[in-house]
Amino acid sequence: MTTPLLELRQITVSFDGFLALRDLNLSLQSGELRAVIGPNGAGKTTFLDVITGKTKPTEGQVVFKGRSLVGTREHRIARLGIGRKFQSPRVFEKLSVQENLALAVSRPKQPLDLLFGRLTADQRDQVQRLMEIVNLQNRADWLAGSLSHGQKQWLEIAMLVGQDPDLLLVDEPVAGLTDEETDLTADLLKSLAGEHTVLVIEHDMEFIRRLNSPVTVLHQGHVLCEGSMDQIQQDPQVIEVYLGTQEEM
Amino acid sequence: MFQAFQQQRWRWLVFWAVIVAVVIAAPAVLPVFRLNLLGRFLSLAIVALGIDLIWGFTGLLSLGQGIFFALGGYGAAMYLQLNSSSGQPNGIPEFFSLYGVDRLPFFWEPFHNPLFTLIAIWLVPALLAALLGNMVFRNRIKGVYFSILTQAALLVFFNFFNGQQKLINGTNGLKTDVTQLFGQMVGSPEMQRFFFWVTCVLVFLAWLFVRWVVRGRFGDVLIAIRDDEPRLRFTGFNPTLFKTIVFAIAGGLAGIGGALFTVQSGIVSPQYMAVPFSIEMVIWVAVGGRGTLVGAIFGAVVIMYAKSLVSEAWPQGWLFIQGGLFILVVTVLPEGVIGWFKTDGPQNLLSRLGWVRKLATYPKLEIDGNEEVQP
Repeated sequence: MTTPLLELRQITVSFDGFLALRDLNLSLQSGELRAVIGPNGAGKTTFLDVITGKTKPTEGQVVFKGRSLVGTREHRIARLGIGRKFQSPRVFEKLSVQENLALAVSRPKQPLDLLFGRLTADQRDQVQRLMEIVNLQNRADWLAGSLSHGQKQWLEIAMLVGQDPDLLLVDEPVAGLTDEETDLTADLLKSLAGEHTVLVIEHDMEFIRRLNSPVTVLHQGHVLCEGSMDQIQQDPQVIEVYLGTQEEM
Repeated sequence: MFQAFQQQRWRWLVFWAVIVAVVIAAPAVLPVFRLNLLGRFLSLAIVALGIDLIWGFTGLLSLGQGIFFALGGYGAAMYLQLNSSSGQPNGIPEFFSLYGVDRLPFFWEPFHNPLFTLIAIWLVPALLAALLGNMVFRNRIKGVYFSILTQAALLVFFNFFNGQQKLINGTNGLKTDVTQLFGQMVGSPEMQRFFFWVTCVLVFLAWLFVRWVVRGRFGDVLIAIRDDEPRLRFTGFNPTLFKTIVFAIAGGLAGIGGALFTVQSGIVSPQYMAVPFSIEMVIWVAVGGRGTLVGAIFGAVVIMYAKSLVSEAWPQGWLFIQGGLFILVVTVLPEGVIGWFKTDGPQNLLSRLGWVRKLATYPKLEIDGNEEVQP
């Protein structure tokens, strides 16, 4: 077995005694697409906060490409190759679509380079390509704030891809999207897997099913079980804590 | 589209023509006293540009710009005092003898050199701003806490400078109007006219510089810091570095403004670090229009000019007007006056009053390219 791209070892996060995560273990192989589900308060967002450096784990290790991430600042983790999409779309609303993407693809991200340098032809092409992927090429000069909810979700995903991370952490990408948009998003994420490693947190079961990927179930800050969607649905523990009865599905 | 663009450009041309005409005509038309006031207020516009950079674009509301402003002023005044003190006892500025000081304090020494002074005027405030800013920013102190800290720092400097008679003449400050520069009295009408021109040029250069900073991706990062700093971190940028740089730039600009203001006022004193004055600076930008550079310049010049005119006619009145202006901006003109014009404010007002019909169509329809209309 190859070494995993990302490994969480016995992660515990305590907020004043409340254990948001306890003894959480998880590993992701390079190129994998993984879905994480769990009821409200299961610690899904905290789990992303730990990986991206927003929250420091009380105990445990986060290892990315063989390197510990604990104590590393957010922008450095991002530069190491971890990109994150937030639960509600967070784009820079007073910047245009194009400017948003230009910031994402800029490399290096140092002040002097941004002051004196220009986007290279490659980077400009990349911005153009990203806009085409998420179908925003006609909105290039629109302020991101004037986009619809779904378009913002997509713009944020495009920004994430533009960062060219090895690992994409995607938090509820289809919240508030129409069915059609949901399907397109699922296809987009599936097409990204392979070249990138993708971890998706979602509530929408149809979406997860469409991703057709291994699923990890979180419950009370702990991995309850892992397996395919069908296996998960048969698991009596999962049914008890999360899915309710079969009919409810 | 094209027509609208042409119209815009035409408007800007007229705007700039008027500005240039006013600046050229001012020395010929205005009496020396008024010209001197205008020159002082233009130097304040440079400070306002810096505040607009850090507040309007980056979202850092500093209430301590007076520190950097005064430091620039002190730099200029120290050079001028030294330049004119050869006839004094011990060859040092006159005020030292009042406190029994017969040796020049060490930090005065380099100010014998005019080149050093020209650099120190902006570099010292910029470095201090970088140092203070970095300490605050790396600890992720934001919003009102940042504002409070800058105001506290201002008070510390204010009290410190007030108490240092033996170093910089304390409360009395350093006079410049009776000092010599190029063999002429600094306070003379010729020199004041010269400073007016220098100030005009520097305002223009400062405007070009700040405009260069805020356009392009660097400026986009500043706006991103203002609107969603955590998001920017996860995109791989280090906001601390960017904030430190712009805070230093604003400090440097405040220093230049302070030096120009000092030579045109004839004195620099710790009063330049008074708390209300730094708050006033913020009000210029708020009224002129945050995030519009022209707004910052106009805010500073127009408000200060109005202040001096009102104060002459009705000495206690200005505070009420200033307070009223601030309330007006906070409640109905959040974008400031120039911002209001830029966001079709006049059009909206007229339509609200029923004088102009509202546009019935969705204005962006023509560029909504997904549904392309066949001709």
